[in-house]
Amino acid sequence: MTATAMKNEMDSVDFQNSMTLETSTAWQKVCTKADLVAFSGVAAWLETAEGSAQVAIFYLPSQHSKGLSSELFALDHFDPFANANVIARGIVGDLKGAAVVASPIYKQHFRLEDGQCLEDESVKLRTWKIEFRGEEVWVKG
Amino acid sequence: MNMTTPEQLIIIGNGMVGHHLVEQLVDNGGLERYQVTVFGEERHRAYDRVHLSEYFSGRDAESLALCDADYYATNGVELRTGEAVIEIDRTTHEVITDQGRYPYDRIVLATGSYPFVPPIPGNDREGCLVYRTLDDLDAIRAAAENATTGVVVGGGLLGLEAANALRGLNLDTAVIEFASRLMPMQVDNEGGELLREKIEELGVQVLTERATQRIEDGEASQHRMVFQDDKILETDLIVFSAGIRPRDQLARGCGLEIGERGGVVVDDQCQTSDPAILAIGEVALWNQSIFGLVAPGYQMAKAAFSTLTSGDTHFSGADMSTKLKLLGVDVGSIGDAHGNQNPGARMFRYLDPIKQEYRKLVVSSDGKKLLGAMLVGNNSVYDTLLQYYSNGIELPAEPASLILPQGSGAAPALGPDALPETAMICSCHNVTKGDICGSIDSGAMDLAGVKGATKASTGCGGCTALLKSVVDHELESRGVEVDKSICEHFSYTRQELYDIVRVEGIKTFSELIEKHGNADTHHLGCDICKPAVASILASCFNEPITDAAHIPLQDTNDTFMANMQKNGTYSVVPRIAGGEITPDKLIVLGEVAKKYSLYSKVTGGQRIDLFGARLEDLPDIWGELIAAGFETGHAYGKSLRTVKSCVGSTWCRYGVQDSVGMAIWLENRYKGLRSPHKIKFGVSGCTRECAEAQSKDIGIIATENGWNLYVCGNGGMRPRHAELFATDLDDEQLYRIIDRFLMFYVRTADRLQRTSVWRENLEGGLDYLKEVILEDSLGINDELERQMQTVVDTYQCEWADAISDPEKLKRFRSFVNDDRPDPSIIMTSERGQLRPA
Repeated sequence: MTATAMKNEMDSVDFQNSMTLETSTAWQKVCTKADLVAFSGVAAWLETAEGSAQVAIFYLPSQHSKGLSSELFALDHFDPFANANVIARGIVGDLKGAAVVASPIYKQHFRLEDGQCLEDESVKLRTWKIEFRGEEVWVKG
Repeated sequence: MNMTTPEQLIIIGNGMVGHHLVEQLVDNGGLERYQVTVFGEERHRAYDRVHLSEYFSGRDAESLALCDADYYATNGVELRTGEAVIEIDRTTHEVITDQGRYPYDRIVLATGSYPFVPPIPGNDREGCLVYRTLDDLDAIRAAAENATTGVVVGGGLLGLEAANALRGLNLDTAVIEFASRLMPMQVDNEGGELLREKIEELGVQVLTERATQRIEDGEASQHRMVFQDDKILETDLIVFSAGIRPRDQLARGCGLEIGERGGVVVDDQCQTSDPAILAIGEVALWNQSIFGLVAPGYQMAKAAFSTLTSGDTHFSGADMSTKLKLLGVDVGSIGDAHGNQNPGARMFRYLDPIKQEYRKLVVSSDGKKLLGAMLVGNNSVYDTLLQYYSNGIELPAEPASLILPQGSGAAPALGPDALPETAMICSCHNVTKGDICGSIDSGAMDLAGVKGATKASTGCGGCTALLKSVVDHELESRGVEVDKSICEHFSYTRQELYDIVRVEGIKTFSELIEKHGNADTHHLGCDICKPAVASILASCFNEPITDAAHIPLQDTNDTFMANMQKNGTYSVVPRIAGGEITPDKLIVLGEVAKKYSLYSKVTGGQRIDLFGARLEDLPDIWGELIAAGFETGHAYGKSLRTVKSCVGSTWCRYGVQDSVGMAIWLENRYKGLRSPHKIKFGVSGCTRECAEAQSKDIGIIATENGWNLYVCGNGGMRPRHAELFATDLDDEQLYRIIDRFLMFYVRTADRLQRTSVWRENLEGGLDYLKEVILEDSLGINDELERQMQTVVDTYQCEWADAISDPEKLKRFRSFVNDDRPDPSIIMTSERGQLRPA
């Protein structure tokens, strides 16, 4: 079996697993509020139903950001343009009404809410549900 | 006319005027009718002779060129440089050069002029030169290598230009003028006296009423000049600049009509006595006059183009009004400046011996029209006076108010509103206010657009300020709001944000955006405004960039105080001031690189870059470097990078100053200064310039007497030679000027604008910069120096600050919930070191 074929095989297995595990995917504690950097990002290691993932977590305290629906966001740490895990180290901002992070390498912008790249419609980062539980930060894997 | 076989047009001469004619032909369809061949005797293609003296202050032949290297070829015009025409054969209709014979249908003579060398015995001695072409300048530069003194014969416009060039070459310079005053054509006795005072203050000796009798061997110097009264002057180098003469030999050789004192006689269509041959520029004699300025030459080129293409534009003489800055001294002359061509004219004069300013108005007998004006020491009213003169605008009831100092009831400058449509704005390119309005109406939306469409202000540049005020006024009156906002979060430029931060003492981004940000955003900022504001805050208050309030503003490089590479790892560059490093420190660098598997490379800025450091290793790496006495190199910041140096007088046989010592001192003074973009210095220990200082933002070159300071150079994508800013400075003068210069740059530049681009966009150019920094024209120098001293006094190594603060170190973790390193970073080996796979 070639490497490509093997990958396809695994993708389809993963796909089925994720479909079946979707409802049972557990929320998990990732870190505490003190680990976060306000108005910036940190990276976390996440075990999910689809395997392990590097996740960028951004914290935008609501008292200083006008009118955002959420103050926590989790999306891929992996930058598909640079092929490197760097998204958490990008600059956070808002463009055309949406909170975004700019890749620190080639500066593409990704919407925090849904991972959509603003410069390239075909590129979208994965996102995860994330919330505070008291001082703890929980992500739905 | 048979359109399939174009006529052969030969242009003889590739100077400014000849080139202008080619541009007319290219831009206006002339090439459909003519196959054009241009002969240039010099090896360079057409260059800007007006700014020739800048060749000694950093500009090279390429930057003085009037067009791109491929302009002629691209447009199908054959340019033959380095090929002199020796004869025109009117019977066979051929132009003969040293390389061949070329048939012609029409010829345009644009051979210009040559410098007149007075018939003095000894005028052909070695080291007796002229000032006209780039090759002349090369010869002057070569001769100056072994000279300490230089004399310019001729105190006119070109003579003073030449004197400036000699000063630029660090020669003790004297100017000798036959008449009783400098610039006898442009100024009167009062003006000439003031001009002399100012020029003598610059260290240039001025000798008037001197007729040189002969030049012979000197005793202490190369030459001895003997004058009419047997007085003598010794010098190593002599430059003749005693006027110009038309280069009319070709025309004489083929029998064209020549004026009594030279010059090819032309009519209003620029035709010579042979209608197949035209002449333009300084070789042409029109109405008994030779026009030695570029603007009339361009007008002749336009008339010649019209004649060649059956148009009806004629040359009808030209206004010789001119505004100059000679040796840094303003001189302006408008119309009948001496008042001797208009019987009954009345004169107003204003003389300020303290400020050394002289102004004179020549007014019609009824007091209503301006006939001429003369300015020495201050040209600020020139534009206004020229508009009164050339447009016949009625003078105010008190004409003297136009030349009285501001604040004493002087008349306001004539605003762009008051100018008629026919007002000439750019006389080099014949652009009127109407043309400018036209270009705006057909889509030009800013100054650059208007310049591109009309070419206004691209000749001598003298009308830059006037053009801008007209364009601004016209755009405004059309309701165009020029949006210079930095981004969608602030409706301000970087400069305006800087002023707000300083004036209001705002110390955080959140305070700034709450008070001054645009209401319709989430007030998060973005990757444009946040780093810009971070830089402004750092320049003003110099708090550590890793403080909690500032950290989200920084680019990743500043956040982690290292340079992110393409695979997400970082490179580490400790400061090695001046490129000087002890063996012990070198060993530490090697040991650290080995321990953390870092790829090592020597940088262009004379330090060592260690690549491939993982985020989580950065604090340990820096702990070891700091323990060994290193500090951060700010390679990641928009801030001072390096001060490159050559080894200087401590080792080098040729060095005249301790360049390494100065480089280290300067690097330590300015390290940590946050600025709109990175800043690089170079210090060379002698004129051989081994540190390549002239390619840096700040370049310093040692002289026998101290330091010469160059500013606003750049390497990189668009190389630019730094320009000579001040000469023979002692150590303290040097750093004070740099203090002011850098702070003024920090204050006024745009985000990510290097000093070179900033300088090119600076209204008023180098002269303005000198006025602000050297003469304190804005009265801000004390403040600039104080501000810099604050930055210097509050310096701290950001890495030392970070590794002593556990809170700051928390961010240097690969994952907040896991200690493993990022498994996706994979390295491979090449030439004995690691690199990204």
